[in-house]
Amino acid sequence: MMADFDYLFFIEVLVGGLLSGVMYSLVAIGFVLIYKTSGVLNFAQGAMLLFAALTFVSLVERGVPFALAFAITFAAMVAIGIAIERTVLRPLTNKPPITLFMATLGLSYILEGAAQLIWGTQVHGLDLGIEDLPLEIGGVFISQFDIFAAAVAAGMVLLLSLFFRYTRIGLSFRAVADDQFAALAVGLRLPLIWTTVWAAAGLVALVAGLLWGARLGVQFSLSLVVLKALPVLVLGGFDSILGAIVGGLLIGASEKLAEVYIGGYFGGGIETWFAYVVALAFLLIRPAGLFGQKLVERV
Amino acid sequence: MSALATEFTVAPTLPKWAAPVLVLIIAYGVVPFVGTSYLFEAILLPFLALSLAGLGLNILTGYAGQLSLGSAAFMAAGAFAAYNFNLRVEGLPLVGSIILSGLVAAGIGIVFGLPSLRLRGFYLAVSTLAAQFFVQWALTKFSWFSNNSSSGVIDAPTLSIGGIVFSGAAGRYLFSLTIVTVITFLAYRLVISQTGRNFIAVRDNETAARIIGVPVLRTKLLAFAISSFIIGVAGVLWAFAYLRTVEPAGFNLDRSFQILFIIIIGGLASIRGAFFGAALIVVFPLVLARLGSFLLGDIFDSGVLDMSQRIVLGALIILFLILEPDGLVSLWDRIRRRLGSALRLTRR
Repeated sequence: MMADFDYLFFIEVLVGGLLSGVMYSLVAIGFVLIYKTSGVLNFAQGAMLLFAALTFVSLVERGVPFALAFAITFAAMVAIGIAIERTVLRPLTNKPPITLFMATLGLSYILEGAAQLIWGTQVHGLDLGIEDLPLEIGGVFISQFDIFAAAVAAGMVLLLSLFFRYTRIGLSFRAVADDQFAALAVGLRLPLIWTTVWAAAGLVALVAGLLWGARLGVQFSLSLVVLKALPVLVLGGFDSILGAIVGGLLIGASEKLAEVYIGGYFGGGIETWFAYVVALAFLLIRPAGLFGQKLVERV
Repeated sequence: MSALATEFTVAPTLPKWAAPVLVLIIAYGVVPFVGTSYLFEAILLPFLALSLAGLGLNILTGYAGQLSLGSAAFMAAGAFAAYNFNLRVEGLPLVGSIILSGLVAAGIGIVFGLPSLRLRGFYLAVSTLAAQFFVQWALTKFSWFSNNSSSGVIDAPTLSIGGIVFSGAAGRYLFSLTIVTVITFLAYRLVISQTGRNFIAVRDNETAARIIGVPVLRTKLLAFAISSFIIGVAGVLWAFAYLRTVEPAGFNLDRSFQILFIIIIGGLASIRGAFFGAALIVVFPLVLARLGSFLLGDIFDSGVLDMSQRIVLGALIILFLILEPDGLVSLWDRIRRRLGSALRLTRR
């Protein structure tokens, strides 16, 4: 049995899994940004992703050049971020996190409905001009597109980390994440910070939407990638970008390996829930995720 | 001083049980005779099933404070369990298979409630999603559950209790109404009991609850079990009485969200809330469809309707969370109080 074990195939599955995990991380980072600064688990991240991708692809189909379409879509996402801060977050300040979560659920319904009402419900193909040919590295075949996606994700994480560490607004992000009341007390403008964070999450949604859209086609099911990102978040901890990356890699790899090696025993199709089981099993050992902050309880 | 005293005694305060009894009298005595089959099929049957599901979720989320996104999974578990008990156990009366299917749903609820012993808030909400995906996958994957039917869509059996057959829309309505009434009464007794108080204590402050001696772990699991039992029975009503077919596809994530929306709109931690919310959720798409085609004519096709439904529903959720966090129930109570005091003023 062991002699038959195909190591090259194993590595190929593993690498494929890791790279698709990067795609999950890409979605999860958008969640982390918002959770860190406002304590909201933004369920609407998937709807934002759909909205961004659909707007972008519809503009491109109408003859708008690539860069301009990107800029317009980004502007739209910023506008949505401002609108959300004004109409949803501000009236709900100091409400329990669960209330805010349910509000983002409503938000995701609005965004999904609006995106498809404006642009229609057809499936759009999206070509980013990257060939999806397998690349052979040391006998292992790896998709070029996946490598590109991983590079984009890495670039984005680098950019966000630099932004958080070295800019003034990044510093105030961290202050707000650390202690909202203290941040208010020293005079940080919370509305501005929240708007910026939602705009940043919009940018992440746009990039993730383009990559996922190129992979799956731009359609309603794109907003369901949140469901792939949630176990990643649970595994990595809701408030850690590093956690989102590591969680994504772990989930991606274990999901693919499980599908290939043990999926047959269950009759296949286990990828809808396997990630959740991995995340749950892990949570039972570490309830705050890999890199999440431990909760101190007081009465 | 005496004027004040008479004012209080004169004020017409009906006893607490008056409103529910009145509703029941109308529901049993009037509706079955005047209702059209459209009223039963399109409004009352889904309303009853969803109300019951909302009631179940409200016990878990509203009273015990454990957010669940997997309600539809428990509905599916209940519906399929009832179907299989009915099919495979010879001579089991329908009531028996409904109770057993509730117990099956409760068992699954306890299994997926186990993470709640370690997890809080969002982490728990995400873990209940696991129930949603796992149950739906299992029901579609293993054809044993649907008796190897090739389409996966199976007909529900006829509803009969003790020889009385509940056929026709009005019959199925009475069947659902009776089950919903009994369970609602039991749920009401539950939430005013010590167990109900324990639920609220765990919701409001878990650590404090533990300190004053509430068995937190047992209370949480009990909340999961009772809530899943009720939601499971709601699933039976949904499949047997409303749709007349049993299929996994209808019990998807959207259904789970719908049930959550029912209790947000109706009112968390309130028995009446589930009914208020379910009424709105069932009626509003019908109203929107009529209104849309009346105002916009042909542009308002089913696609547009679908999308505008999503938008309006999402906006409603946000509006309720901001303006009326205690839901339609508190809105209703306020209107009634205003009307009551207005009446008293005119009478004086």
